[in-house]
Amino acid sequence: MSGRLIAPGRARAPALVLDEALSLWGGMDPATGAIIERRHPQHGANVSGRVLVLPAARGSSSSASVLAEAVRAGTAPAAIVLGEPDLILALGAAVAEELYGVQIPILVLSTADLAEIRDGATVDIGPEGVSAV
Amino acid sequence: MLEGEAGEGTALAMRLVMRAAEVLEADRLIPIRGAHVDSCLYHGQATLDFVDRLVDGGAQVRVPTTLNVGAIDLLHPELWRGEPDLAERGRRLMDQYRALGCRPTFTCAPYQLAGSRPGLGDQVAWGESNAIVFANSVLGARTNRYGDFLDIAAAVVGRVPDAGLHRTEERRARLVIRLASDVPAGLLDQDGLYPVLGIVVGRVAGGRVAALDGLPPGVSEDRLKALGATAASSGAVGLVHVIGSTPEAPTLAAALQGAEPEDEHAIDMATLRAARAELGGDGEGRIVGVSLGTPHASSAELARIAELLDGRHAADGVELLISTARDTLAQAEGSGVAQQLRAAGAELLVDTCSYISPILRTPSGPVMTDSGKWAYYAPGNIGARVVLGSLAECVASAVAGRVVRDGSWGAA
Repeated sequence: MSGRLIAPGRARAPALVLDEALSLWGGMDPATGAIIERRHPQHGANVSGRVLVLPAARGSSSSASVLAEAVRAGTAPAAIVLGEPDLILALGAAVAEELYGVQIPILVLSTADLAEIRDGATVDIGPEGVSAV
Repeated sequence: MLEGEAGEGTALAMRLVMRAAEVLEADRLIPIRGAHVDSCLYHGQATLDFVDRLVDGGAQVRVPTTLNVGAIDLLHPELWRGEPDLAERGRRLMDQYRALGCRPTFTCAPYQLAGSRPGLGDQVAWGESNAIVFANSVLGARTNRYGDFLDIAAAVVGRVPDAGLHRTEERRARLVIRLASDVPAGLLDQDGLYPVLGIVVGRVAGGRVAALDGLPPGVSEDRLKALGATAASSGAVGLVHVIGSTPEAPTLAAALQGAEPEDEHAIDMATLRAARAELGGDGEGRIVGVSLGTPHASSAELARIAELLDGRHAADGVELLISTARDTLAQAEGSGVAQQLRAAGAELLVDTCSYISPILRTPSGPVMTDSGKWAYYAPGNIGARVVLGSLAECVASAVAGRVVRDGSWGAA
């Protein structure tokens, strides 16, 4: 599968596939990496070190700060795979790289390709694309 | 700027603006006339690390820049009821944004301040969702939905990617929303309609530019503010053409730029009643607080609250809290309105908002508000039980100590 990297980097980690869009602000606790939005189907799951796969980000622009703070705290996902481009998360990743020297690649895939990624599969992301095993 | 000849802080800002241009697939940057920055609200150590990097790198804003709310009321710090350490971090972040040359306005309604109202066609970079909708829909200025990090980066470099709502063709309404025939004309003249209508408009529109047809021409700024604030809460709304009020939408055809709408939708009374109920619009009984001024109260709203209070005092056990901008408060102190409000038992909060910071005495509520945005976010943010009412109902309820309804929505 090939997609568009809106934040650069390389990662290999197990996928955490979300059934619904998530706003990191109010939806994820950067102190722990846990999904705290009660109405979310994956409420209670932890994004730390996983390839976070979700159809879309949504909500507040403060999600950029939450992503950067999660990188600082060491609770961030290893990478993010989205079904549509998201400027807010791309900026959060850019700032985290500037401040802490850590890259969180963010890849945009077609909805069909996104649906191919199974929860728990090992996902490999880099400039040449993505593969899921 | 990228090479660092303007300093490392400016180079960092330029790298972020260029990254945004790549993500948006914009092929050039365009100059802006002003910015409104939302990044001054504390969201963890990373937000301080970022602004320190800009300040230490010698960055300064290149365009007139206002600041959104921060974590604390710098003029009345005694109103903070949380951990002192968190207040100190919030204060330090606000101070650092001042050091970048931003005006210490600390308001979510910069459009109510003299000298911070961009005009028709002006390109600006605004953060804060309600302010973005207001700039685009009420003033006719042009901004994308900016936010944390990018708003200040744009202010420092004075430029933004030429994309989205900065471009005429992207401002075309794709969707037409109308009121169904069962919505009584009399309801259009009730303040209480507008925040509820905004919630539904945001849900229907999502991220699409919509035209809202069927409101009387020249809807007041305070009503448009209430409508836009909730539309931007329930949807990713940056611009809604309110036909007859939005400067570039005197007619539906103008909003559509001569094209056919891609989608049409009618909002009926049952949908409005359901949205009102979700926000606590059916709430009854005893209340412990009333929170007004989200987005920050205008001078006209402060005067209206004083007029509605008419010398009466809030009931024992009811905290009456009114949020506004420090500049608006200074005016209200000059005119005597602030003194009237305080004599009625009101607390006047500036620089922050009662749903993002620990301010309320009894945040669990029930708290009554006239703000659909407050009603939308306060349950999750501060755990409040919320009752929604019109401004007049809120004031009457503050005096009575229990919910007073005026029947403007008819029988529930």
